Amino acid sequence: MSADSRSQTAGASLTGLVASIKAVFRLPNDDPRKTVAVALVLCLACSMVVSATAVSLRPLQERKAALALKSEIVEVAGLDSGELGLDQAFAQIETRLVDLDSGTFVEGADPLSYSYRDAAKDPAASTALSEADPAGINRRPDRMPVYLVRDAGQLETIILPIYGAGLWSTMHGLLALAPDGRTVKALTFYEQRETAGLGSEVAGESWLSEWPGKVLLDASGEPVIEVVKGTVDPSAANAQHRVDGLSGATLTSNGVTNLMRFWLGPRGYGPFLATVSGRERG
Amino acid sequence: MANRSVRLLLEPIVDKNPITLQILGICSALAVTTKLAPAITMSIALTAVLVGSSVIISLIRQHMPSSIRIIIQMTIIASLVIVVDQVLQAFAYELSKQLSVFVGLIITNCIVLGRAEAFASKNPPWPSFIDALGHGIGYSLILISVAAIRELLGSGSLLGVPILPLVKEGGWYEPNGLMLLAPGAFFIIGLMIWAIRTWKPDQLEKPEYRIHVVHRTEAQ
Repeated sequence: MSADSRSQTAGASLTGLVASIKAVFRLPNDDPRKTVAVALVLCLACSMVVSATAVSLRPLQERKAALALKSEIVEVAGLDSGELGLDQAFAQIETRLVDLDSGTFVEGADPLSYSYRDAAKDPAASTALSEADPAGINRRPDRMPVYLVRDAGQLETIILPIYGAGLWSTMHGLLALAPDGRTVKALTFYEQRETAGLGSEVAGESWLSEWPGKVLLDASGEPVIEVVKGTVDPSAANAQHRVDGLSGATLTSNGVTNLMRFWLGPRGYGPFLATVSGRERG
Repeated sequence: MANRSVRLLLEPIVDKNPITLQILGICSALAVTTKLAPAITMSIALTAVLVGSSVIISLIRQHMPSSIRIIIQMTIIASLVIVVDQVLQAFAYELSKQLSVFVGLIITNCIVLGRAEAFASKNPPWPSFIDALGHGIGYSLILISVAAIRELLGSGSLLGVPILPLVKEGGWYEPNGLMLLAPGAFFIIGLMIWAIRTWKPDQLEKPEYRIHVVHRTEAQ
């Protein structure tokens, strides 16, 4: 009896709701109540569609991004994935996790499933940079993946993921170094949202091709690399520590200088590079 | 009805082409046409947004309060643009990287809001669909033509397939650097407009004023 009356009231309130919706529809368009109702319904509908799309497509996008990253690593390593196929080429690269503060490899954790972006958001896996945050990254992951390319057992290339603030976005890149830990073999920025045509040239072939051969650290191991305004005079004494600036993109260029110096410094890969290059020499 | 549909579909392809007659949507026509593949992707993305937004706006046209009409149209267009952007990132990651910000800029493309305001908000869904499709096809035609010329002359390839052997690969063709820059696209579009208006002189705009020569005796 009570269940019947409950369902009766439910039915009654449903028809009441439908009736009031129809009443709102029948209002003249310029009635303020209708204006508010239309706006609310539209915002609700649009946000549901957008969220549903973004959430359902996220796994597929992340898979694609991971694949694209593999391809970037292979390319910056100078390996040709055309002949071998991407997976084969990537298998030749040794992926390791490095503890940044000590500069040593981390054993026992799977480097391939490690995401430094997730780690940067996790207070347990990262360090806050309250002062001395030239790269503008707020938190620094305590561990970073590094990619080592060996030829017949000898270390050929060290590939370091680097990232930092540009003008409009965080730029993510890969730095390929020679075994001495200071000479650039290749550089790429695979993710950036800087000004199209100006700052976005940071990811362009012509500017990136200036980097191979540049020396990032001075004799004492201090990061001295700088992206200057204008062009570098090749005959000047420290031309090897300088890279031409991007015209019309001073702030993006400064962002590159800052993130380079951070990641090569004591809070970045500094300790790791000292260990690796010392070991290779010895 | 069939006649009207055919007319709505075919008119925007040449007679009322959004780029060459109405001179709308030029920004993306310059930016994404350095290579053919992004131009094709952009054409599909814009046509999808155009058709989707026109149909949806046409469906709710009876209930749009005039005070928030433009905002409603923009919200619908913006949501569709986000959806298209997400779909591109999920299914064509490399291409979406090449297109970078320009998919997001579809919301600023005057063609989309223009058709919504001028046609979809005053016509039933089926004609709106056809009209949007026609404009999308007209835009795509120009984009693909410009991109084909720019990629062929600027990089010696089409869709990445080398057609003209480049000098730096031992061939004879020295790529035309101007074709890779925005002014090159401007010149190609200008030449296209010139050619179309020579073929169809009724597209020529009437001069806004005529200079009338007055003789000295008349002035006194």
